[in-house]
Amino acid sequence: MPMTDTTQRSATISVLVDNESGVLARVIGLFSGRGYNIDSLTVAPVDQEGRLSRINVVTSGTAMVIEQIKAQLDRLVPVHRVADLTKDGPHVARELALVKVIGTGEKRVEALRIADTFRARVVDTTMQSFVFELTGAPDKIDAFIELMRDLGLAEVSRSGVAALARATRVI
Amino acid sequence: MSAAQSQAGQAQSGAEILLRALKDQGVEVVFGYPGGAVLPIYDALFNQNAIRHILVRHEQAAVHAAEGYARSTGKVGCVLVTSGPGATNAVTGLVDALMDSIPIVCLTGQVPTHLIGNDAFQEADTTGITRPATKHNYLVKRPEDLARVVHEAFYVARSGRPGPVVIDLPKDILIGPAPYTEATVQHASYRPRTEPDPDQIARAVALLKQAKRPMVYTGGGVINAGPEAAAALTAFVRATGFPITQTLMGLGAYPASDPQFLGMLGMHGTYEANLAMHGCDVMLAIGARFDDRVTGRLNAFSPDSRKIHIDIDGSSINKNVPVEVPIIADAGRALEALLAAWNADPRQTDKPALTAWWRQIDQWREKQSLRFTQDPTKGAIIKPQHAIRRLYEISRELGRDTYITTEVGQHQMWAAQHFPFEKPNRWMTSGGLGTMGYGLPAAMGVQIAHPDALVIDIAGEASILMNIQEMGTLAQYRLPVKVFILNNQYMGMVRQWQELLHGSRYSESYSTALPDFIKLADSFHAKGLRAESVDQLDDVIREMLACPTAVIADIAVDQAENCFPMIPSGAAHNEMLLGPEHGATSAGVTDAGLALV
Repeated sequence: MPMTDTTQRSATISVLVDNESGVLARVIGLFSGRGYNIDSLTVAPVDQEGRLSRINVVTSGTAMVIEQIKAQLDRLVPVHRVADLTKDGPHVARELALVKVIGTGEKRVEALRIADTFRARVVDTTMQSFVFELTGAPDKIDAFIELMRDLGLAEVSRSGVAALARATRVI
Repeated sequence: MSAAQSQAGQAQSGAEILLRALKDQGVEVVFGYPGGAVLPIYDALFNQNAIRHILVRHEQAAVHAAEGYARSTGKVGCVLVTSGPGATNAVTGLVDALMDSIPIVCLTGQVPTHLIGNDAFQEADTTGITRPATKHNYLVKRPEDLARVVHEAFYVARSGRPGPVVIDLPKDILIGPAPYTEATVQHASYRPRTEPDPDQIARAVALLKQAKRPMVYTGGGVINAGPEAAAALTAFVRATGFPITQTLMGLGAYPASDPQFLGMLGMHGTYEANLAMHGCDVMLAIGARFDDRVTGRLNAFSPDSRKIHIDIDGSSINKNVPVEVPIIADAGRALEALLAAWNADPRQTDKPALTAWWRQIDQWREKQSLRFTQDPTKGAIIKPQHAIRRLYEISRELGRDTYITTEVGQHQMWAAQHFPFEKPNRWMTSGGLGTMGYGLPAAMGVQIAHPDALVIDIAGEASILMNIQEMGTLAQYRLPVKVFILNNQYMGMVRQWQELLHGSRYSESYSTALPDFIKLADSFHAKGLRAESVDQLDDVIREMLACPTAVIADIAVDQAENCFPMIPSGAAHNEMLLGPEHGATSAGVTDAGLALV
């Protein structure tokens, strides 16, 4: 994509960082300080010794802005690697959501039926409520939440996106 | 190591280990100010002679002094301040160093680890506050990390794109025993790239060889890359015969007296430099970052050129201006590679086109955009440009190695325009942050590094008051810094913008109730001088330069003088305003331009 392209695109960026105090603040501070968007953010240690963490950021901007975000991340001292999963090739992105639905009667039955088609699991239930656990691509979760809106949707907790490149590629 | 082994058994305190690491990093001078949290370090300093401590009068000045030291030597500047207010006072200096890529290591005291987060006396979240103000920062929580962190901090500060690094040191870490570790060579994640990609160098040379209207544009990155980089730049530019312009930060990397040098570019750059940037067909940018003060309106910036950009910081490339050939490398290494590839390339340059381009540049030069008229009659008011010209000419007669620092404002721009530099590391000014109060402490740091050199702070009467307390430091260490104040009794650049852009409503820009600078100098054990008319100027300059002590020379200059040429905010390079010398008056600036600052 040429640098002069002004269309906005979404980008899933994975960053491998030292698992040290303040590293998340550095990354988040970079985004807020320079006015970049964070649409989703996940972070957790990913190696056995717990020395490295992987941060997945979903952001959006013009080609020039996305390149700038990657360059800015790359120059942070505790950053080992930066990968633009959206640009570098096909990738899988998954998110986990917990969705609480409160209701009785027909709506409760309908919620359970839809949850079944989405392969959502019921992880908590009372006579008035369900908590569904749902894993999938962010747009699948969006669709599920949208359907629950009329069926007593009460609360949502989403993990943010975890993502990996497809096939043998690693960052 | 042998010294350490001989002391084995007798554990050293964190403070002693800290000083040992500083010494191993080549630190000779620390600029600092004591306080509760850093008393263990001051105690350790008291017991040794290897590291000299310069006591400043305000922590901001400690950082600027370290910047002056760093810029004039190429070494890392070292700062030591206490916790809380010591650290917060240093923040302006840290951001200044960050914006101008100056290598600094700033040691800040911190309350003991068990009190962190308790709102203890003189506690501040220093790593939190300085995170966006530094290239990197550390909080040392374990004694075994201390020496490693110090070594790493110096490596991070000086390598890649240099910058300030803070090490926050809790008091218990300084008091308790700590082990020493030697510096390791490699960093696990931070590995700046210094060698250029040969393919990109080849592409750059191919572009440059076929250029009809080439332009070289260099910045502070060439200075930071060391004198070898400036030498490589000079050799390359001479080999090509191309015109060169420089940013405020880049001055001195190419000799200003050379006919290929078109002067500074940007908001107050020369007519020929800006028009050549606007009209060029191939641009070679080296160690410069296409700052808004350089580019003017971005969508009208050098519209027809194909651009090559060499920078050690990948995030500087394609940040503001898209370029065709990006080269991530040390400026010196890249210039050496460029020169070698240029000489090895059999293709000839387009001689007739280059001759025509130079003819065009010479026509622009004939405008003499920096021209001013000084009334020579006795009693005439001094033009600020004339004062700087005379300062340059008279100081050159002395033949001494001369270092110039500035404060921020009109005097800074006039100094950049009228005080030419032949060598790098002789010009220290706050470029990116534009910090008033930078010049005096920076001059202090330069004089510490170069005790026998002539060090002059070209100042304004408003800026100088922002760190005037450092006159005390000059007195204590007998630093013969010359403070040359262009006194127009206004915050001149604010006044100029108010005249040109805000209908001459001079809101709060008049310097009322100024001190008597002669008495002020006197009370700080320095010499005070004053020139009120043009016939007194040369004598005052000569007396100032001959004086063995610090001097404040208060030069009364024309209050109404504006700094031209000027590219108003939101305007393009070819829309620059010339001064009254060229029959110009203030031009209309759009609201959009006003908002651009």
